[in-house]
Amino acid sequence: MIAFLLRRVGQIIPTLIILSFLIFGLQQLMPGDPAVILAGEERGDPQVLAQIRAELKLDRPIWEQYLNWVGNVVQGDFGFSWRIRMPVAELILQKLPVTAQLATMAFIIGVVIGVPLGILSATRRDTPADFLANGIALFGISTPNFWLGIMMILLFSVQLGWLPPSGYVPLWEDPVQSLSTTIMPAFVLGTGVASVLMRHTRAAMLTALSQDYVRTARAKGLAEKVVVWKHALRNALIPVVTLGTIEFGRLLAGAVLTEQIFTIPGFGKLVVDAVFNRDYPVVQGVVLATALIFVVLSLVADLLYMAINPRLRTA
Amino acid sequence: MSAPVLELRDVTVTLPTDRGPLRPVDGVSFAVAPGKTLAVVGESGCGKSVTALAIMGLLPQGSRIGGAIRFDGQELTALDAEAMRGKRGAELAMIFQEPMTSLNPAFTAGEQVAEALRLHQNLSPAAAMDRAVEMLARVRIPDAGRRARQYPHQLSGGMRQRVMIAMALACRPRLLIADEPTTALDVTVQAQILALIDELKAETGTAVLLITHDLGVVADHADEVAVMYAGRVAERAPAARLFANPQHPYTVGLLGAAPSLEGGAERLASIEGTVPDLRNPPPGCRFAPRCPFAVARCAEQPPLAPMGEGHLAACWRAPLDSLLVAA
Ligand SMILES: Nc1ncnc2c1ncn2[C@@H]1O[C@H](COP(=O)(O)OP(=O)(O)O)[C@@H](O)[C@H]1O
Ligand SMILES: [Mg+2]
Repeated sequence: MIAFLLRRVGQIIPTLIILSFLIFGLQQLMPGDPAVILAGEERGDPQVLAQIRAELKLDRPIWEQYLNWVGNVVQGDFGFSWRIRMPVAELILQKLPVTAQLATMAFIIGVVIGVPLGILSATRRDTPADFLANGIALFGISTPNFWLGIMMILLFSVQLGWLPPSGYVPLWEDPVQSLSTTIMPAFVLGTGVASVLMRHTRAAMLTALSQDYVRTARAKGLAEKVVVWKHALRNALIPVVTLGTIEFGRLLAGAVLTEQIFTIPGFGKLVVDAVFNRDYPVVQGVVLATALIFVVLSLVADLLYMAINPRLRTA
Repeated sequence: MSAPVLELRDVTVTLPTDRGPLRPVDGVSFAVAPGKTLAVVGESGCGKSVTALAIMGLLPQGSRIGGAIRFDGQELTALDAEAMRGKRGAELAMIFQEPMTSLNPAFTAGEQVAEALRLHQNLSPAAAMDRAVEMLARVRIPDAGRRARQYPHQLSGGMRQRVMIAMALACRPRLLIADEPTTALDVTVQAQILALIDELKAETGTAVLLITHDLGVVADHADEVAVMYAGRVAERAPAARLFANPQHPYTVGLLGAAPSLEGGAERLASIEGTVPDLRNPPPGCRFAPRCPFAVARCAEQPPLAPMGEGHLAACWRAPLDSLLVAA
């Protein structure tokens, strides 16, 4: 167990180093000179541009810029936003809880819909209920989030007036208002998760239900719901939990478009604005933080997998 | 002989398949008395397991059972699912061929044995676990208390089959169906498991339906034998009689094909050919195409006819004594 953890953490370090190259390197390929964009009205004045470049150390060789950045990041300093004029770390800490709330709500919606639907369609295989569940999953996967988001705004905000169409109120300021501003985007994001979980739960349950131990459970005289919800599900969940953790990571990282539609000031909006403004430190910081979250979550997924799989726990 | 625990009369099973209904069991009759072992023998694909699953009420959905299955005087085919569930694990128990996969990998051995006790005997979780450990000790699992807390992957095949037996016998069933319980185990473990079943049977008076394709096993552990071929009973007899005086050519062939303990001693040549396609069985005697003694009359189905004390055989040419001498 300890050995496993050490080995996993050992793998993380080279992963992060390669990631830092990619993040930095790809950014150099973005068109547009940040100095020109930052100079705004004065973009015609070469002296101003030179000054900005010197100030941001953009006049230094690229490898020096890279080492500077990495050196600072290692010490916990993510740099300073060129545009918003705030430390990047602070910006991230400010936006992360917003996205985390959205992702958590979406994830709960995804699990609550996806897992039972998967179980239901596996136990009623090839019945109308199964076809319906598969239809819902197909709908959830193939519907673009922006379209679903706009439709929901039109229905619940414009037509019915039940929910605010946009904006965000922090959870600790006004929980009810906070939930009503996030429920629609969370639902939009949750449908995708529900579809993925439904399909995987269904497949895993079908596999589990055909195993010999299920026949043993029935031979014991257990009620069918115990056979399904205890004996089969306990085994089917092992792969689904891993997948769920990765889906959660995708929610944290991939809410960009949905956050734009509902103008939720989270991670997605932060990075989109930063890209348009060529605010390199912010882009680098957010992408790196996202990658870190992913790496940590995949470690969590492995640990959960071990925790619920006796074969690994007691090996 | 006391009243049988289980009696099958003319049982047929029709299974739904992708290619239409299939009838792997076609008119099977036999009976098992309390404390006795009936061995059901036959090559793979003869319908032994399907017969067992029919008794347990565990056939796939959409299957149909014809004929009568009487258990302790009660007609099982007339029971609803709920009533059948109450019998399974309590009065009727079954162990399977594959000990490696028959236990749930996600629960400990103790939990799996205790589960049936909690369900059928309303024991508290703690009391059920105590009883489960007792049962594990009784099936000779050393250090039962520790083993009870282990998961199946931590146990050997023989040990897992012992856990299955402990699970099956925990509620002292009236009937234990053992479907090829030792096929997947190595020879020494096989002998131990079969001896264990015999011992528990003697202790509890449980009737045993022992399914096997290995006649060697039958000689040592069965009181009576039913030989099945292609979904039908070919021959039924007390075990000693069957070995001494087989009256169906299929049984004779099986005896020839049985691995002999002495080794080397070549007996009758093993049976040529394979079990017929059940979708398209030969008319009349299903063994006729493979039978060295077949005659024109075998195109008609032979009835199970008495051949002496408790001995029945479905063959037009029985008794075979004169034919066997000639061969
Ligand atoms: N669930 C099922 N669906 C379709 N056919 C089955 C099923 N179970 C068994 N059969 C068929 O029934 C026949 C008898 O099988 P079985 O009872 O398992 O034989 P055995 O005597 O080896 O135990 C075989 O031809 C098998 O293919
Ligand atoms: Mg079988």
